[in-house]
Amino acid sequence: MAKTALQFRHNGRDAAIFVDGGVNLLTALRELIGDMTPKFGCGQGGCGACTVLIDGDAHLSCLTLAETVQGRSVETLDGLKDGPNLHPLQRAFMEHFAAQCGYCTPGMLMAAKALLDRNPNPTRENVVDAICGNICRCTGYEPIIAAILDAARGAARRA
Amino acid sequence: MPVTVKTFATSGEAAATLSSERDARYLGGGTLVMRALNEGDVSISTIVRATDRALTHLDVTSSRITIGAGVTFARVLAERELAFLHPVAGSIGGPAVRNMGTVGGNLFAPTPFGDFTVALLALEATVALQAGYGARDVPVEEFLTGRGRQPGGLVLSVSFQRPSGAEAFRYRKIARIKPKGAAVVTLAAHVASSGGRAVGVRIALGAMAATPVRAKAAERALEGRTLDAASIAAAAAAVTEGTSPVDDSLASAWYRREVVGVHLRRLLAGQQ
Repeated sequence: MAKTALQFRHNGRDAAIFVDGGVNLLTALRELIGDMTPKFGCGQGGCGACTVLIDGDAHLSCLTLAETVQGRSVETLDGLKDGPNLHPLQRAFMEHFAAQCGYCTPGMLMAAKALLDRNPNPTRENVVDAICGNICRCTGYEPIIAAILDAARGAARRA
Repeated sequence: MPVTVKTFATSGEAAATLSSERDARYLGGGTLVMRALNEGDVSISTIVRATDRALTHLDVTSSRITIGAGVTFARVLAERELAFLHPVAGSIGGPAVRNMGTVGGNLFAPTPFGDFTVALLALEATVALQAGYGARDVPVEEFLTGRGRQPGGLVLSVSFQRPSGAEAFRYRKIARIKPKGAAVVTLAAHVASSGGRAVGVRIALGAMAATPVRAKAAERALEGRTLDAASIAAAAAAVTEGTSPVDDSLASAWYRREVVGVHLRRLLAGQQ
């Protein structure tokens, strides 16, 4: 079966791949581009481990048909750090021990980034809503919420 | 197994393909169709898409509201004129699902999903359908009754009359996980008031049958009566008539039947 040519921005760089019909964005990112930061959790839209930003909005990459990102911008956790420097959200997650097994962390961080990009001064309620589609099975929600609020406060201090 | 993806510029071409190819499925936000593909559903051989901008059109200026089938829940939440639907759109999924899931797709969501459709039932919405031979309007209730048995076609939009006031439309979703979780039961009610009496009463339930359903017996118990403790109790007592809930991991059918009346009473009495 013919493959489809697909071009999009991946963490600020041009990406060009050929995808089979029906391939989801998560598979395209992991297997064709080699970006292993988005995780496969449930494949059903229930866990949020595969969360990426498409044109700045949180999307579930496992439920996104790869070819629908043609010409669009896709951000994953891999693009969050700036060279050797961690993103303020990553630093806050580290400081608050907001990761235990770490499997949900890429999705949590991207969901949090989607929130802070739009709303730099979120309330606790805003934070809870932003990550309510992301499941953490080590039951680390409190440290995660604290980390996101702290990252927002830190960013506000620097601004 | 790879599938064929067909992308069309117009909804007409997409509808024609859906009408002529039995194994073709329309891809809206992906939360239903991509999930099916991820789970290895081999009944889908072709995915149909349409980039037609008419599908994401939103008309909220007149008293009759039209929402394109491709409008996402995030877009409903961003539209101030649709404030009465914000509790509905906000009760669906997390932000990522709300950025993806569409009003049109919600019409096909299997129970216990489909909360927006519960609201559409209470609003007595009309579904604009395009099949190979032309377009037609179908009441949402009729659409749901025939869901899965219709010949292929494409939902273009839904439309409904704007409720007369903030009190006229009420919504309540009972989930075990807050703020996000699939429904134990979902309730939406349209109750207008005329001279102190309830008129235009429409009560819709989600997760109480294979599709969202109207609770007609409860509606009859309220229509034309004063909305007081006695009429509300009568409606609550009649609300399970015609329902057929199932046991699932969220609740048993027995539990759903037991609690739906309690929640209807609270919804109508304006209690938390």
